[in-house]
Amino acid sequence: MSNLDILFQAPIFSVQLLLDGLLVGAIFALAAYGMALLWGVMNIINIAQGDFVILGGYVTLVLYQAGIHPLFGVPVAAVVLFLVGWVIYRSVIFRVVDRDLFISILATFGISILLQQLMDQIFGADIQTAEAGLGTMLLFDNQVTIGLIKVVAFVVVIVLATVLVVFLKKSRLGQAIRATAQNARAARIMGINTDRVYAMTFAINAAICGAAGALVVMTWVIQPFIGLSYTIRSFMIVVVAGVGNLAGVIAAGVGLGAAEQFAAFLLGAEFQIGFVFALLVVILLVRNAVLKRQRKYLH
Amino acid sequence: MNGAGKTAWYLLLAVAALTLPTVPFLQPYLTQFAFLWVMILLALTWDIMGGQMGYNSFGNIVYFGVGMYTTAVVQRDLFFSVEEYAEVAGGVDAALNPLEFISSLALGMGLGAVLSVLIAAILGSGILGLRGHYFAICTLGLGIAAGEIASGMDYIGAGSGLVTSLLPDAFGERGRFFYYLFLVLAVITFLVLRRVYDSRFGLAINAIRDDEDKAEALGLHTTRYKTTAWCISAFFLALTGGAFGNMVIFIDPTDVAFAGPTFGVWMVLMAILGGKGTLWGPVIGATIFHVMQEVFWTFLFGWQRVALGLLIVIVVVFFPEGVVGWLRERWPHRFGEVVDEDARRLQVSLDSEP
Repeated sequence: MSNLDILFQAPIFSVQLLLDGLLVGAIFALAAYGMALLWGVMNIINIAQGDFVILGGYVTLVLYQAGIHPLFGVPVAAVVLFLVGWVIYRSVIFRVVDRDLFISILATFGISILLQQLMDQIFGADIQTAEAGLGTMLLFDNQVTIGLIKVVAFVVVIVLATVLVVFLKKSRLGQAIRATAQNARAARIMGINTDRVYAMTFAINAAICGAAGALVVMTWVIQPFIGLSYTIRSFMIVVVAGVGNLAGVIAAGVGLGAAEQFAAFLLGAEFQIGFVFALLVVILLVRNAVLKRQRKYLH
Repeated sequence: MNGAGKTAWYLLLAVAALTLPTVPFLQPYLTQFAFLWVMILLALTWDIMGGQMGYNSFGNIVYFGVGMYTTAVVQRDLFFSVEEYAEVAGGVDAALNPLEFISSLALGMGLGAVLSVLIAAILGSGILGLRGHYFAICTLGLGIAAGEIASGMDYIGAGSGLVTSLLPDAFGERGRFFYYLFLVLAVITFLVLRRVYDSRFGLAINAIRDDEDKAEALGLHTTRYKTTAWCISAFFLALTGGAFGNMVIFIDPTDVAFAGPTFGVWMVLMAILGGKGTLWGPVIGATIFHVMQEVFWTFLFGWQRVALGLLIVIVVVFFPEGVVGWLRERWPHRFGEVVDEDARRLQVSLDSEP
């Protein structure tokens, strides 16, 4: 806690942490929005969510190592992950959609382990990053430095989120997705091919994660085994914000990002991941305790 | 199965288990067989919660790790100062004499178990209020948080791990000692659980699995039962962890002690593979899984973890009822279940309608 003094003596430092947190948190929010979509439409909690993010990061990394600017990785990773998601739906997920929730959790956990190990085999266990080379921005008399790529990533997140909302509201498929989320059976009766809707939803979710992963590899680092922490972050954000509440998801996402930055600064970076997972436990307990007073529980 | 046949089977199994370490050509593999008992213990303790009570925990590994670290720390701090021990890698003799070893092992395992039960009681009163997937993911977070926190604590070696006491030579070969230790532990656990499942308590936790709201409406103090079940699970898991730390000699916080992605998931998988919610299911599942794992390790080296991920998906998607569940479905009479054939046929014809 010795770093607490620094925050008091140099308040500008907390501005730095806050800005870093906000910008990174937007990326968490993007992955969380995908999770909320999947949860709302298919009633599946995808444990492999974070591994999709990391996989998207590796797709971008491959491009980067081939000499292409990593920003192009955002669309490419989205497309690649869209296909990966579609294949995973067609091979595994469609068998577990209507079954017990625990089955789908465990099945996606299996996919998560599978992806982790495949990435470990293919790309190695090292921590890697793709340098976008956009330079940094200095604020407040040069006391706060912000990587320009983080700002760009933030803008990309906002654009993607807007596109998604418009897509869900206006397009034919988006309407079908929303109808299926409301009542799958009624949607089937009205002639919607829910199996196709599920496949597209799962693939779109994977694509969102892929784009988020491309941003992660540029603004931060990736490593085959840190995917689970992104899953937990997404889950936490959705639990706080609720399914189908985009503004809430973004608010919770940036809030989490900021909280994490402060925790990492105060407790030491080695406790950052531990903080995320411990925070999940605390959030769930608090939510449940609040609901319990109304004789309800999370479900 | 009738009574005499059952007794004969139990006797046969007991004789096989006891004489296995004396078979000459199995000598090099005794540690593997000890490991099998550990796996059985993991699956059995998970099944109390996941199978019998319907609370699918990914965080039971916490108690495994707590037991392991407690035992290791007791063994260390009883006889050494921390600074001295930290230099053991540099050559200081860390060997204990047999009496010291066995007493500190027993004390450490006991303390670890008590500590784990306390933690389970405290955590359980809050976390067990969560249901379904919230409980599953909360415990997942718990397990990983524990590992991350342990890797940040210098007192227990932080990320670089902790070396446990070596088994003194007086106990003979390491594999054999731990084989018998875990055999005894597994048999005791099995017998205790058999009694528990046959008792009123067993019925209560089954009722919670089937419908918690109704169980509560019928007057069961569900939270009390749930917490007790978790405490039982934590108790045996901590004992297992304590001895396991001594068997593997080196404790890594995230790969051995709080190994959520390996042991933490394996215990779930083993119980499901064998048939969750049954007494023998976890035992059978653990045996099959352990054999498979060894095969993967031998023939798919480097890709064994990939194969395990695939195995999880396949088992969960295609075989969620497990071996015992499948046998029970196939030959219900053998399990003492009376089937109304007419009703069953009717049910089947209803199910198979498009």
